Amino acid sequence: MSQTENQTPPSLYAAREPIFPKRVSGNFRSLKWILMIFTLGVYYVTPWIRWDRGPQLPDQAVLVDLANRRFFFFWIEIWPHEFYFIAGLLIMAGLGLFLFTSALGRVWCGYACPQTVWTDLFILVERWIEGDRNARLRLHRQKKMDFRKARLLMTKWVAWFLIGLATGGAWVFYFADAPTLLRDLVTGQAHPVAYTTLLILTATTFFFGGFAREQICIYACPWPRIQAAMMDEDTLTIGYREWRGEPRGKHRKGEGAEQLGDCIDCMACVNVCPMGIDIRDGQQMECITCGLCIDACDEIMEKIGKPRGLIDYLALSDEPRERAGAAARSPWYHIFRVRTMMYTALWSLVGIGLIFALFIRPEIELTVAPVRNPTFVTLSDGSIRNTYDVRLLNKHGEDRPFRVSITGHPALRVQLEGTPYETVDVPANETFLQRVYVVAPPPSDPARDERTEIRFWVEDLTNGDRAYSDSLFNGRSN
Amino acid sequence: MSDKRDDDLDYETTGHEWDGIKEYNKPLPRWWLWTFYATIVWGVLYTIAYPAWPLINGATPGILGFATRSEVAEDIARFEDANAGISAQLASVELTEIANDPELNQYAQNAGAAVFRTWCAQCHGSGAAGVQASGYPNLLDDDWLWGGDIENIHATIAHGIRNENDPDARYSEMPAFGADELLNDYEIHQVVNYVMSLSGEPQDASAVAAGETVYLDNCAACHMDDGSGDPWQGAPNLADAIWLYGGDYDKLMETVTYSRFGVMPSWADRLSEAEIRAVATYVHSLGGGEATPE
Repeated sequence: MSQTENQTPPSLYAAREPIFPKRVSGNFRSLKWILMIFTLGVYYVTPWIRWDRGPQLPDQAVLVDLANRRFFFFWIEIWPHEFYFIAGLLIMAGLGLFLFTSALGRVWCGYACPQTVWTDLFILVERWIEGDRNARLRLHRQKKMDFRKARLLMTKWVAWFLIGLATGGAWVFYFADAPTLLRDLVTGQAHPVAYTTLLILTATTFFFGGFAREQICIYACPWPRIQAAMMDEDTLTIGYREWRGEPRGKHRKGEGAEQLGDCIDCMACVNVCPMGIDIRDGQQMECITCGLCIDACDEIMEKIGKPRGLIDYLALSDEPRERAGAAARSPWYHIFRVRTMMYTALWSLVGIGLIFALFIRPEIELTVAPVRNPTFVTLSDGSIRNTYDVRLLNKHGEDRPFRVSITGHPALRVQLEGTPYETVDVPANETFLQRVYVVAPPPSDPARDERTEIRFWVEDLTNGDRAYSDSLFNGRSN
Repeated sequence: MSDKRDDDLDYETTGHEWDGIKEYNKPLPRWWLWTFYATIVWGVLYTIAYPAWPLINGATPGILGFATRSEVAEDIARFEDANAGISAQLASVELTEIANDPELNQYAQNAGAAVFRTWCAQCHGSGAAGVQASGYPNLLDDDWLWGGDIENIHATIAHGIRNENDPDARYSEMPAFGADELLNDYEIHQVVNYVMSLSGEPQDASAVAAGETVYLDNCAACHMDDGSGDPWQGAPNLADAIWLYGGDYDKLMETVTYSRFGVMPSWADRLSEAEIRAVATYVHSLGGGEATPE
């Protein structure tokens, strides 16, 4: 097909404009350093914390033991059927995000999101190696690959790669005994899954933190889109007091500086922005509210002798008051409102429910699955026998004798497969499958009735704990 | 072909036109196109490397020599290899010792359940409940024609019942009292009513006393005087609540008149000793297994 002469169709693709955030210092920058040290510290160090649980259990404080289907968190041990604790924590995380977003906008994005924290760390490494904004810009614009540029790039990439390796490494340590796994990883003995996971996380950390950066937030993450629904006019979020700053311009003596606003158009806020936007254009989807533009602007305002807060955490509802010359209302006024209090109440409710559930959860449990093939067996004396697969859970760290009994009809008798006794030893920390027979003598009601409701009881003979589960007994139905 | 430029829209079209509707030219992104080409190349290479093209008998084998069947065979060989030790142990220990070794017992139970589903479930049912009143015994209850301890169950499985290929097969034969004219219909009616009285089923009381005489003369040699049967010759217990072919009057008349001849194949030449012991252990554990007499 012959292409047509002149016009090429308008392209829907825009190449990324590289961003070189400038170094900044101030309250928000300090807060972000502290949060970075805290969050990364927690992430990297947690798998190495030891916790003594006795001889039969792992001594890693936080461990997701997929092979044995257990989750250990310090003194708490979660079994697969208690997964609702994880679901509850996820619900709390969701409600927490709603709460913080409606009160403080994208505070998660700006301070705590792993993408933000690791990108921050990668930019820090970049600055150490290549220099601040201007030096990095020069290096980027230098087309010729000389020795210095190659050395700087290689150093930076190696540093990034090592951070990525530590990140992937920390991840796999949550799923196996960390010291053992580290030794196996180094000596080449570890499971291929460990290596693959390590490699994938190293690669994604390297790519997301080093190259993709703000593009993840803008194009890949759904949260920026959802947040619009969480925010309202009372949400405190980063904004520019344009009624104070405009008209902007360089303040030069004798050029009518008094007619200009406080903004001297120094671009400090733009130069430090890791998202590459101009906050003076108003709230925009790209803004992750990291607060660095506030620090940058405040520094300038102090230098030129103007009050701080030209760029600040603002609530939209204060704008008319501020335009009229009144002071902004207290942050607490904006934060304490029905919506945030409802989120807090819901969040606390789920939390209290989980803590309550944690304290009342039993140490022994049973599940009963009736064997329905066949529904009943006629014995030689005419008795009717039903069979049940009973799973006994012993969460204690030692073997325990469990006694199995039933209630529901006095004529029914219990027999355990493989033993003449009604007691069975359940191994420590295990689910034990015991086949249980229930027999109804020929003339009794349960033998004749179509079905009889029964209740299985299990009693831990060591401490008298009991648990039960309901089931049915099938008779001849004639 | 119409002009590929649409003057009104100032935009390139494909040149296709249907009733005045024109189509913008929006080609696939280049990388996408190349991905398509790459999948085509991949597809061709795949059919060369792996079994793919159907032929009259089978398919092209592929140059890598891959076959799912050989993978399965390898898997089976690997598992049999892994189980070789415990299988040998299972085949050599005393039968009565299997239950005392938890690990061996667990292995025998699991292996036995698999063997049962493969070879036994066709007649005895996947739940081992047999087919009630049709001659396929229920293996869950406590009534055993040929004995219910582990050694008797093992012997029954290994050699079968009344088959012609195993000289050690269990064998006994009940006479066809009616068909062979050993008893007349009235005597059969009497003895059936007597047998029904043994297990307390409703019966014609007037025939019971005469039936007892017929029973003691003709049946007691195998089924014993009290009707409790004899597992040494596979004579069923007539005094309990379980009937292999049905316990109502008509079914019993049929049984005495024409006799019964249930057959089970011998498994010694089709299953390994370990497999036979495994399935014997499994059947013994289903709820009716009896202890071996001292």
